[in-house]
Amino acid sequence: MSRLSILAPLFGGRTGADRVVPSTGPTALLTTLTAAAMAFLAVFALALSMATGRLADRWAGSLARSATIRISAPADQIDRQTAKVLEVLEQTPGVEFARATTPDETRKLLEPWLGPDLPVEDLPLPQLVEVTESEAGFDAEGLRLRLAAEAPGAVLDDHERWRAPLVALAERIRTIGLLSLALISGATAAMITLAAQAALAANGQVIRALRLIGAEDRYIARAFVRRFTLRTLAGALAGTFAGMLAIALMPAVAEEDGFLTGLGFLGLQWLWPLAIPALAAILAFAATRAAAFRVLRTVR
Amino acid sequence: MIEFHDVTLGYPGSDLLTAVSMTLQPGSFHFLTGPSGAGKTSLIKLCYGELAPNGGRVEIFGQDSAAMSRDETARMRRRIGIVHQDCQFLDHLPLDENVALPLEVAGQKADPEALTELLSWVGLAAQARALPPSLSGGERQRAALARAVIMSPDMILADEPTGNVDWDMSLKILKLLAELNRMGKTVLMATHDLNLIRAAKGLTSARVLRIQGKRLQLAGSDL
Repeated sequence: MSRLSILAPLFGGRTGADRVVPSTGPTALLTTLTAAAMAFLAVFALALSMATGRLADRWAGSLARSATIRISAPADQIDRQTAKVLEVLEQTPGVEFARATTPDETRKLLEPWLGPDLPVEDLPLPQLVEVTESEAGFDAEGLRLRLAAEAPGAVLDDHERWRAPLVALAERIRTIGLLSLALISGATAAMITLAAQAALAANGQVIRALRLIGAEDRYIARAFVRRFTLRTLAGALAGTFAGMLAIALMPAVAEEDGFLTGLGFLGLQWLWPLAIPALAAILAFAATRAAAFRVLRTVR
Repeated sequence: MIEFHDVTLGYPGSDLLTAVSMTLQPGSFHFLTGPSGAGKTSLIKLCYGELAPNGGRVEIFGQDSAAMSRDETARMRRRIGIVHQDCQFLDHLPLDENVALPLEVAGQKADPEALTELLSWVGLAAQARALPPSLSGGERQRAALARAVIMSPDMILADEPTGNVDWDMSLKILKLLAELNRMGKTVLMATHDLNLIRAAKGLTSARVLRIQGKRLQLAGSDL
């Protein structure tokens, strides 16, 4: 028997083996509904995993190439130190672009906390310098030393301190999403195994009668395997499409770095959920087949 | 066809059958008798591999039953028609489909005319589309007999096939088995009904095997 021939029961029309097992209405409906619910959850777990993956990449990518220099100095020195800092940055390999923020930009930055009528000019606020790195990046420690020597009030913040935990958090959430997928798969397999075992136990007389008249194990198993695989596939297809629809209809709030608003799939990522029904059917096939042969071994 | 070589069956310290040796020759008819609980059903089950002996060897169609794989056991059973006292049917399938099931299982198609003829032979043509739970005890036994012979097996094993039916129906079933034997089928029929064994005289040339004290004996002469 070739390896692929074990899949034969799934294809072709309704076979005689299908008819030998009576239809079990409630079990059939429960299997389909549970598969649908699991697939629905799996779509969300997948979307969460992909969204956090994108978020981690975005945080890691955009913030890794930016830095800020904060210059705190007496009012009469601040312009000189700012000019010095820009001069140092111009000479620093790995710096692609640098500019000092304007008072308007500073006001906008502080507006959420201190209100719109902030007299920026009258406050001893530090001057900020935005730095964009080139692909190669700059030597942060070397730059700090030069700044300490040339502009003592300048402090380099390369965002590493707060970027790293954010990226780690996003990575962790992505892992949790993938773990959720694994747990959903395991729960689905367990549920189908239980349902299949219940169906096999309920059909003990059928199995004994079939063995008595010369039915081979694979003939008897075929009816159960095909039935549970197709039920699971149907449920998983419905659940997957419902999940995809729910995600597609999710309100799109225009907050680019928002976390929940980024939950979803982009472009070809929409193909990934389509793997869920196939995976569910494979799980159902394997779980039912294993359960069927385990039960059949107890009947001579 | 079936040979028992010094077969022992039972649990440790509690044998049901001891040192059983017998040979069922092709075309023979044997009654198997003995008191209730003597081990008639167990001996029948040994004959089609549902039970494996604890000691000795059972050869079915020349093959050691204990050495058969599950698939070999299944294929061997297609050569044996089995009728039990508690006929096991698939209650959700009509009678004709139940009777044709051995063909289906073996990957063969049932010839509708032959199926109707077979059902007529056991007097159940009118009940072809009836579901098994709606049949009487005698009808179920005859249906089981029809199912047992549809593959044209080499041997019929009947375990108390008349246990749940009246005398007239018992005779009818006995006559069907005798007819099968005349057609060349080997028959082993377990019964505790000695009247039925006596009634077989004139119908067929049968031998009587009796389980007594865990051993198998040849009871009396040929009928």
